[in-house]
Amino acid sequence: MIAALLAAFVRLFTGVQARWVGCTPGAMHRVYFANHTSNFDFLVLWSVLPDQLRKRTRPVAASDYWRAGRLRRFLAESVFRGVLIERKKVTRANNPMDQLVPVLQGGDSLIIFPEGGRTSEPEMRPFKSGLYYLGKAVPEVDLVPVYINNASRVLPKGELLPLPLLCSVIFGEPLRLEKSESKDAFLTRARAAVEALIDL
Amino acid sequence: MNLLSIDREMQILGAGVLAVLLIASTIGFFLHLQVKSEKGRELIDNLNARIKAWWVMTIIFFLALATGGIGSVILFCLISFLALREYVTLTPTHRADHRALFWAFFVITPLQYVLIAFHRYGIAVIMIPVYAYLFIPIRNVIAGEYKDFLARNSKIQWGLMICVYFVSYAPALLLLDVPGREGQNGKLLYFLVCVTQLSDVLQYVFGKCFGRRKIAPNISPNKTVEGFIGGMLGAVLIGTGLWWITPFTWWQAALMALAIALMGFFGGLVMSAIKRDRGVKDYGTTIPGHGGILDRIDSLCFAAPVFFHITHFYFAS
Repeated sequence: MIAALLAAFVRLFTGVQARWVGCTPGAMHRVYFANHTSNFDFLVLWSVLPDQLRKRTRPVAASDYWRAGRLRRFLAESVFRGVLIERKKVTRANNPMDQLVPVLQGGDSLIIFPEGGRTSEPEMRPFKSGLYYLGKAVPEVDLVPVYINNASRVLPKGELLPLPLLCSVIFGEPLRLEKSESKDAFLTRARAAVEALIDL
Repeated sequence: MNLLSIDREMQILGAGVLAVLLIASTIGFFLHLQVKSEKGRELIDNLNARIKAWWVMTIIFFLALATGGIGSVILFCLISFLALREYVTLTPTHRADHRALFWAFFVITPLQYVLIAFHRYGIAVIMIPVYAYLFIPIRNVIAGEYKDFLARNSKIQWGLMICVYFVSYAPALLLLDVPGREGQNGKLLYFLVCVTQLSDVLQYVFGKCFGRRKIAPNISPNKTVEGFIGGMLGAVLIGTGLWWITPFTWWQAALMALAIALMGFFGGLVMSAIKRDRGVKDYGTTIPGHGGILDRIDSLCFAAPVFFHITHFYFAS
């Protein structure tokens, strides 16, 4: 209920438009991976998903950030149903894959930001390896590149109050990990797939 | 603010608009049946989308007029807000402008319309050109970034003037005190909107039907001399025909309509120049067939202040 209202509000506030260029909104489980410049990135991507899909799509977020403070914690756990993972001191005991793989196998989709944090520069940072390990652990899942346009102007990192600027979300053609593709080659290809959506 | 009663004249205006829309929809329907070629189909589909959007826009406008002054103030406040959003989205702003822009959207824009709603003409007329104009660079200097300072401030000031200040002159018509026509200022607003919009439509129709010579090839390649002449003559005819809802005589109404249409034409060109510089065709996709809100009101932005001031100087007490 709160989730549906919040999604409607975000759509109204940013006038966000979804453009499904490389695939259609489908019910199968997927990993959406996108550029990350603002806390609004997740909100706009999440709010343009059709209702039924949104209910089964969960963001992957840093537990150190989203467990700090009551509001963040409530939003991350109860509204967005985020999968909160450790990003600083990853050990065998808290390996994020142990949390993420069961979610995909249960039929839910994930949203991840493989740059590992918000950037202020226009260039995307190199991708972290999580996307590769997800593709390896669940080979039948579609990895969908997504480019989120203008969210960094709606709410730049460090600002509290958002501007009502128009955003768009572009969904590209799904990728899969090729057999015998190296980690670096795959991550470079995945990053290029997001970059290729910028000019569309 | 007087509640605008839906009197006999308003009923006739409503019926007239309804008739025009019905005729347009009928023509659109038959063109749709007739057209064969791929390119023609695209044109007619766009035409029909535009006509459909006209129904919606007309109904909203009439509802606002019928609720009296406050409805029109709220409607134009929303239009300003959405237009400013399209403008800022398209204009590159700096990270350091964030707070100043927040003020522009959530304080300055609503404040302008609050002033109009409460009949504070004296302040409304200087709030943006003087106080917001001074405030924006002050807020930006506090933000502490000097890079492109002049350009950054100018963009925000320009956006506030075009999207908010000039647009607010349309509902400000309701504040005028025209002797002998108390409570009838909604019809002045109707006159302004009707003439600007129909002049736009007629420029488009004449341009599509008879357009040969481009009038501003570098800025707006779709605008033609034939469209311009048709639009101006049509606007003057319509304005003259509407003299009975205004405080003007028939020839004064004709001149007013000409002034509105000319300003509207240049408004369209100026806003096109910005679009072309940014490499886009439309400001947005809010109104199907038309583009963004700002694409629809570009002519109104330039016509409203001029129409307001001429009426103020010569007809209001």
